[in-house]
Amino acid sequence: MADTEVEHALPSEPQSRHVVYCGACSLPPEYCEFGGIVKKCQDWLQKNHPEMYDRLWSEDALAAATSTLSLDAQKRAEKDAHKKALKAEALEQKHLQQIAESKVTIKRVERNKRKFVTTVTGLEAFGLENKKVAKDLGKKFATGASVTKVPSGGEEIVVQGDVSEEIEEFLLEKYKVIPEDNIELVEDKKKKGAGAGG
Amino acid sequence: MFKKDISPGSKSKVKSSVQRAIRNQLVTTYPLLAPHIDEIIPKKEQLDAMKIPDRVTLYLIGPTPLFYQHMTDALLPHLRLVHRFPTCFPSIRIDRGAIRFVLSGATLMAPGLTSTGGRLPNGDAEEKGAYGEHGRKDGEEKGKEGWYGGRELEKGEPVVVCAEGKEEACAVGILSMGTKEVKEKGKGPVVEEGHYLGDGLWRLVTE
Ligand SMILES: [Zn+2]
Repeated sequence: MADTEVEHALPSEPQSRHVVYCGACSLPPEYCEFGGIVKKCQDWLQKNHPEMYDRLWSEDALAAATSTLSLDAQKRAEKDAHKKALKAEALEQKHLQQIAESKVTIKRVERNKRKFVTTVTGLEAFGLENKKVAKDLGKKFATGASVTKVPSGGEEIVVQGDVSEEIEEFLLEKYKVIPEDNIELVEDKKKKGAGAGG
Repeated sequence: MFKKDISPGSKSKVKSSVQRAIRNQLVTTYPLLAPHIDEIIPKKEQLDAMKIPDRVTLYLIGPTPLFYQHMTDALLPHLRLVHRFPTCFPSIRIDRGAIRFVLSGATLMAPGLTSTGGRLPNGDAEEKGAYGEHGRKDGEEKGKEGWYGGRELEKGEPVVVCAEGKEEACAVGILSMGTKEVKEKGKGPVVEEGHYLGDGLWRLVTE
């Protein structure tokens, strides 16, 4: 809808302010100190908005920020920040562990006699979007690649043809987040009615 | 209210009659927003509604969150909207020490407002102005700097919570105690169950 919008000759400028949000913790950068991942926030800000970094994290700014707190409150705030940092670290560990334990399954499925499709499941655990990967696969193999819902909930990518090994190679090369050991190739055994001959 | 993460619900289009009613309600609740209402909810844009847990509806245009509403309570601004139009919502200010409590989802207590770093309306109902910036009475030339309202706010009114030493607001909620009483009593809960920076509503993906 928005792209069909016609320019109006409105006299007044838009009044909306544009606020920068931290690329690491998502808060306005002046609140990063409460986000629990201060080090990452600082790195992001220094890289992306150096002038703001200087303003917020200069010695003067820090001194002013703590001068109004009592010594006791400062200590408590410090302890609080430490706790938050530990929590953030634990969360990241959990994320890494999740990646280590997850698997991408590439399966060869026989549709009709000698006609195959290949399905891919489990990409989500690695932070990959099925739709995007399907598009990349479609381009790579110049074939149909679509995302469909599976009865057990969740989604799978269906690629036309018997291309399991090629997909594995492609995934490893293009999406480095998936360790090689976390990809498994399987074959769907023929269902009833199929393969009477042989 | 949004301490837990929220997974995005499906969006539905708001009927144009309802969209009009919401615009009217917003201007009534937040008179200072009136000059900007066409910018916030342009007439020709489609307003969407997303149901989120605890009977809360979030209103958005495209991916941009605007307001949320618990059942049929007052429409409250999403903090991203407050940041876009900071002077248009009744605001109070907490001292620096209270920030980390509010940002962990704790109830905002009176001492965080009555201390030297805190700010409440000055009680002069004649004064009008831009919250956090300046206020003045009719006929006065120069406004008061660092103004946080003339008129006292009543229990049940929506309020934006700013913070000492910070430019942007950090929370939104409903007053569970009027600001006059906050000053008189100096203790007790003032804003419970609010929306704050970093909570589930803040982190909700609306793309
Ligand atoms: Zn940050």
